[in-house]
Amino acid sequence: MSGNSTYQPQSKALQWFEKRLPIGGLIHSSFVAYPTPRNLNYWWTFGGILSFMLGVQIVTGIVLAMHYTPHVDFAFKSVEAIMRDVNYGWLLRYLHSNGAAMFFLAVYIHMFRGLYYGSYKEPREVLWILGVIIYLLMMATGFMGYVLVWGQMSFWAATVITNLFSAIPVVGDIIVSWLWGGYAVGNPTLNRFYSLHYLLPFVIVGVVILHVWALHVSGQNNPTGIEPKSDKDTVPFTPYATAKDGFMVACFCILYAWFVFYIPNFLGHADNYIPANPAVTPAEIVPEWYYLPFYAILRSIPNKLMGVIALFGSIGILAFLPWLDTSRIKSARYRPLFKQFFWLFVIACIGLGWLGSKPPEGIYVIMSRLLTFYYFAFFLIVLPLLGIFEKTKPLPNSISESVLGAKA
Amino acid sequence: MTTVSSAEHTRRDFLYIATGAVGAVGAAAALVPLVAQMNPDASTIAAGAPIDVDLAPIAEGQIIKVFWRSKPIFISHRTKKEIEEAQKTPLAELKDAETDQKRVKEGHDQWLVLIGICTHLGCIPLSHQGEYNGFFCPCHGSVYDTSGRIRKGPAPFNLPLPPYKFVSDTKIQIG
Repeated sequence: MSGNSTYQPQSKALQWFEKRLPIGGLIHSSFVAYPTPRNLNYWWTFGGILSFMLGVQIVTGIVLAMHYTPHVDFAFKSVEAIMRDVNYGWLLRYLHSNGAAMFFLAVYIHMFRGLYYGSYKEPREVLWILGVIIYLLMMATGFMGYVLVWGQMSFWAATVITNLFSAIPVVGDIIVSWLWGGYAVGNPTLNRFYSLHYLLPFVIVGVVILHVWALHVSGQNNPTGIEPKSDKDTVPFTPYATAKDGFMVACFCILYAWFVFYIPNFLGHADNYIPANPAVTPAEIVPEWYYLPFYAILRSIPNKLMGVIALFGSIGILAFLPWLDTSRIKSARYRPLFKQFFWLFVIACIGLGWLGSKPPEGIYVIMSRLLTFYYFAFFLIVLPLLGIFEKTKPLPNSISESVLGAKA
Repeated sequence: MTTVSSAEHTRRDFLYIATGAVGAVGAAAALVPLVAQMNPDASTIAAGAPIDVDLAPIAEGQIIKVFWRSKPIFISHRTKKEIEEAQKTPLAELKDAETDQKRVKEGHDQWLVLIGICTHLGCIPLSHQGEYNGFFCPCHGSVYDTSGRIRKGPAPFNLPLPPYKFVSDTKIQIG
């Protein structure tokens, strides 16, 4: 991790240690002396918020695992025991379940920020792709965690999601049976999901370290999208970025606490308080809100295999974004047309989320199809063509000029 | 390793390739148990043995649900009207064309035995519902007729038939 550290510990003991393992210098150059663009706005604080949320999920998850039993006969009961009997169990579980929702809220803002300011463009392609991998891992982890509760929604979510793989020609059914460890979702499925739900967060930690590493090699993007050219364009990470991140983490915690203490079940589904029953599918099954846009895409296509391809394609396409966007201008500030298409895209994503929660009939299906079309067209038609036809606004000469005016 | 670069293949090249190949085979072999442990275990397979179902108590127009290999099996005692509707449907109207005769055992037109799992994404359809008064899946809106054939919605295939045979006129064995 780069930086202009001249870290020299004060005490003799620390100097002795630093000579043998220069971890103090690594931390100092990465999180203290590290130069950040001076014009970063509050949208840049979500990386810090996400790191905080990952920590919260791991800590609450580890303690919940001390009280949870991954067996079909006991899973639901043990979750209820956590809610009623375990000291502060209600708080820990609500922190964990709402924490997942907050984690996704933050990651969506983080991703849209990257999209708006062109943070995926050269030289940050690998940084962006690592982010897409983290997002995929988050989705897998969140899904498996939801299954562990073993309520009706858990069970049927597990059934529907694993059945996505049955769309694969020829080997689909073999793969699904392998995922289940049986002829249907059952105890082996719950067991392995528990094992993986415990593992994947640490895999996320590993990829996050790569993500931060890649970030510190290329440096942060900023609202102008032009790279820092001199010392005047940057400020040290500490105290500037740490204070700003810390402030926003605190603000974000207010929202988080509001959910945990006032409306802890607002984002959940009442049916998940009914124990899993393999004989009855609930009248209406919907995933958690953070998967709804993709669920709408899946349902908008009347062919099973194509629906599944569209679902995975809608996430996979993100990895190709650095090459689909042909414009060399990064920030939407200087791209008037892109800005409009971007906001349309945000509206399409939110609209798909809303449609994902509606029954798959009538006008909802037609609207889902229109928005699904726009979702893909944004990446495959709009972005490649805009780079050719869009007339961009003039860029400032430097970051400091954009902040202080020409007199700087 | 070697500093001598020769255009000729040497015995050392052979040793490298042979060693690498053996290593790759070993790694692949090590994967076998790691992957296979996730498949259905011996007890699960043993519990999937055939089951007998007595049809006598099932009234005309009634559909019962039994479980075989953790899958819900629908056994429908169809009414005359339901049989007629299923038989009269022209094949051209069907997405997954199959005659009703093929979906029941000969001489047992009134007994329809199905795996009650929607072929879309695995939900359990509701009986006696939907446009064709057959089955309706609440998850993504697939509609099946009184023969369990897909008529509308995203599901690609008809409701599958489990392997079963008539042991007597009022008893079937599933599996």
